[in-house]
Amino acid sequence: MMEQMELINEAEAEPRSQWQLVRRRFGRHRVAVVATIVLLVLIAVCFGAHWIAPYPRGEQDLLLGPTGPGGKHWFGTDNLGIDQLTTLLYAGQISLKIGLAVALISTVIGTVVGSIAGYFGKFSDQFLMRATDLFLVVPQIAVLAIALKKFGHTVNWIIVVLAALGWMYVARIVRGQVLSIKEKEYVEAARASGASSARIIARHILPNCIGPILVNATLAIAGAIITESTLSFLGFGIQIPDESWGHMLSSAEGNYSVNTHLLYFPGLMILLTVLCVNFLGDGLRDAFDPQSRR
Amino acid sequence: MTSPLEPVLEVRDLHVTFPSDDGDVHAVAGMTFAVHENETLGIVGESGSGKSVTSMAVLGLLPRSAKVTGSVKLHGHELIGLTDAEMQPIRGEQIAMVFQDALTALNPVFKVGDQIAEAIKVHHDVSGPDLERRVVGLLETVGIPNPKDRAGQYPHEFSGGMRQRAMIAMSIANEPAVLIADEPTTALDVTIQAQVLEVFERIQERTRSSVILITHDLGVVAGTADRVVVMYAGREVEMANVDDLFYNPRHPYTRGLLASLPRVDGSRLSRLNRIKGQPPSLIAVPSGCAFHPRCDDAEVPGRCDLIRPELRTIEQRHRAACHFAEQLPPLSTTDLSAAAGGEKTTDHV
Amino acid sequence: MLTYSIRRVAYSIPVLLIASFLLFVFVRTTFDPTARLAASRDPQVRIREQQRLGLDDPLATQYGRWLKGAAQGDFGKSEVTRDEVSKTIRRGMGNTLQLILIGAAVSCVIALAVGVYSAVRQYSALDYTFTGLSYIGVAMPPFWFGLIAIQFFAVRHHWLLSLGLHSGDSQGFDLDYLRHLPLPIATLCVQIVASWSRYERASMLDALNADYVRTARAKGLRPRKVILKHALRNALIPFVTVVALDFGALFGGLIITEQIFSIGGMGRVFFSAIQQGDAYVLEAWMLVAAVLIIFFNLVADLLYGVLDPRIRLS
Repeated sequence: MMEQMELINEAEAEPRSQWQLVRRRFGRHRVAVVATIVLLVLIAVCFGAHWIAPYPRGEQDLLLGPTGPGGKHWFGTDNLGIDQLTTLLYAGQISLKIGLAVALISTVIGTVVGSIAGYFGKFSDQFLMRATDLFLVVPQIAVLAIALKKFGHTVNWIIVVLAALGWMYVARIVRGQVLSIKEKEYVEAARASGASSARIIARHILPNCIGPILVNATLAIAGAIITESTLSFLGFGIQIPDESWGHMLSSAEGNYSVNTHLLYFPGLMILLTVLCVNFLGDGLRDAFDPQSRR
Repeated sequence: MTSPLEPVLEVRDLHVTFPSDDGDVHAVAGMTFAVHENETLGIVGESGSGKSVTSMAVLGLLPRSAKVTGSVKLHGHELIGLTDAEMQPIRGEQIAMVFQDALTALNPVFKVGDQIAEAIKVHHDVSGPDLERRVVGLLETVGIPNPKDRAGQYPHEFSGGMRQRAMIAMSIANEPAVLIADEPTTALDVTIQAQVLEVFERIQERTRSSVILITHDLGVVAGTADRVVVMYAGREVEMANVDDLFYNPRHPYTRGLLASLPRVDGSRLSRLNRIKGQPPSLIAVPSGCAFHPRCDDAEVPGRCDLIRPELRTIEQRHRAACHFAEQLPPLSTTDLSAAAGGEKTTDHV
Repeated sequence: MLTYSIRRVAYSIPVLLIASFLLFVFVRTTFDPTARLAASRDPQVRIREQQRLGLDDPLATQYGRWLKGAAQGDFGKSEVTRDEVSKTIRRGMGNTLQLILIGAAVSCVIALAVGVYSAVRQYSALDYTFTGLSYIGVAMPPFWFGLIAIQFFAVRHHWLLSLGLHSGDSQGFDLDYLRHLPLPIATLCVQIVASWSRYERASMLDALNADYVRTARAKGLRPRKVILKHALRNALIPFVTVVALDFGALFGGLIITEQIFSIGGMGRVFFSAIQQGDAYVLEAWMLVAAVLIIFFNLVADLLYGVLDPRIRLS
């Protein structure tokens, strides 16, 4: 109630667009702002690895062998004497790319399917709900592992397979949103004035569920990064010569009792990235839906 | 037993403040009233006027962040400042409460009978068939048919009116000295409202409890209350016997409320008067008389926006907080006969 | 309650049938049980073998045959190890059930305790600590947590053990078992405990702010009773739903946990089957996993009905 009043007051005080309001409320969420900055820096350094990385990619120093963190190699080196910071940055490219691409694709598919199911209901709705029921009864990681075995372990296939199994969550959320929004007066009005269904969905319904969609996209990024790391750790995901953070951990296994630094840094990178993405999601949720704050 | 002259519950200079991001909210700003045995006191005001907060403060049920000062005496014993543990024997036993929306106020996962039984068991060592008999008896008292079967049902299996009756049964389980009913009929249909109010009357005849009836609806008060306190922006603006209040209101706000009652006398097309403007925000209460921005009779600029009118006695048992309380013209009688249509005929005042 | 239960059970049967059919087709089209004969000089050998196994029949026919066997506990013989598939699965189930039942129980208890405490003492130091930990628990790959835990508790300090569930000839429930159990259970549950406790905190806060809690206090009930009886009973309802939904994830977590801790259970069975392309084992594994998850979903559904009279009686 109070929040609603605040909303009205804000709207009356100075006319603002929804986006201005969202931006302002997001800005008030300090943790989310910091997380976003950290995330952007992470993306920048990983994708700028070519210019930033202290050593050329994969350069070995067999004489040096594994060393702990130090002056010349901030994050240490692995058995082959490869600089870990360099590897981390290049591996980050793949981990981040997978996370972002999976989130993008599954969000687009989920939004389309969810809005169709929610708007037209009946058969399409039944189909979506029953299909998601099916996906809930199998261990996802097992299905993913088999699918990757079937299609191949390249980055692109990993993205496709993860997205193909990830869109239902977005679809369910969007469906729920669309179901409630389509009963609103302004949608009725648009329908009465003869707007086509596609136009009503695109112009009137989806802009009003952009908040939950974005929040779920952040969850999808986090989920994809963790799932990829798990698959790659098990050996079902990324394969040499590509590197991802999860795969670095799999190379480190068996070795880490001696060289613990090989274990810590890739995991910390995953933790940091996912943490930031989740905080970003929290910030977005509060910005779009101030009532949900606790 | 207290003598009939001694009030059962006495509230003196009660203040409740909530901290908020935008400053303190002064929800109740100095309430003083008393209820006697077998008396029904109506507290009337718009939502946000502080009437519910007042009742919650009496029971000590406000969130910890609320600052409560003043005095609440039950049979002469001070309640403000008691710890939660010290309040527990009083809640439900001495002072019980009927909440507005029985659908949300009753726990959805427990049987109605069990919830009523729990109210008894907290304070009395009863169990088994005795307890069951009492629960069924209570349901019967509030007029629920098939009380035995009904006791075994869940709240969602009850209709709105039946749920509210069950809520009342729960509150009178221990025959409390004071029964606070917070908008007990607001969620109900008009016909059911009348039945529920009747239940209160019947109970009071039996238990001689003091009833505090909180409502925004003067119509409800007209038929039930003996005395009425009108609240505005956390303060009392007028208090009088129910007849005086209806026939001789001395505060412009009370007059506004009376004028906005829908007329059902059918003799003419009624024109719904409403008080202009919105109730004030409790963070920024208007200067002087809080009601002056909405008052047709206000002297602005002048006394009304500068000096806050104190409550003063106009005649016996009638007080009001308005600079012009005495000067206000009487309301036209046609307005009133309709408004007081549901007047209660009491022989005990 | 009876109609409700029957309805839930009836609904889970088609879900199971369709899911198992899709999984069967999925595995069959990925792995060829005769793959090991591909290098054979005589191509006829492979074709004959395919005919013998009925692999040239339509998939639906194959599925029907397979399901009929599966219903009787016969999943055929592995073309890789030559073992009875059902034996392999049964051997794996022992350890897996220990992990998953203990894991689910531990997760529920911790998540409920943390969630309730955090809600009741909202904004207390411990609430902030729990919330911070849950953010980290959710954001961290569980296997990485497992690796670090091994490093600290088993490698450096030797407090706990990280290989299997028993060492040497120890058996059953003993001290050795208790030293083996914590690390795999923690690895299996860390993420789920983090997200469940956050969820329980939220639903408990909702319950504590509900009108019926105010009513309970107005009756004169002691705070403990208000929280544990009136609020918690209601906060359990959404909690059960989440637990049911996440059960599949718990099962998937087994693959990683058993791999890291070298525990011979269903996860290990899956891992070696997929590496060796053992189609029959994978098919059986998927079906058993689906049956287990559906079973626990059913249990959760029924529990849901027990907890919420509005569901049960509608």
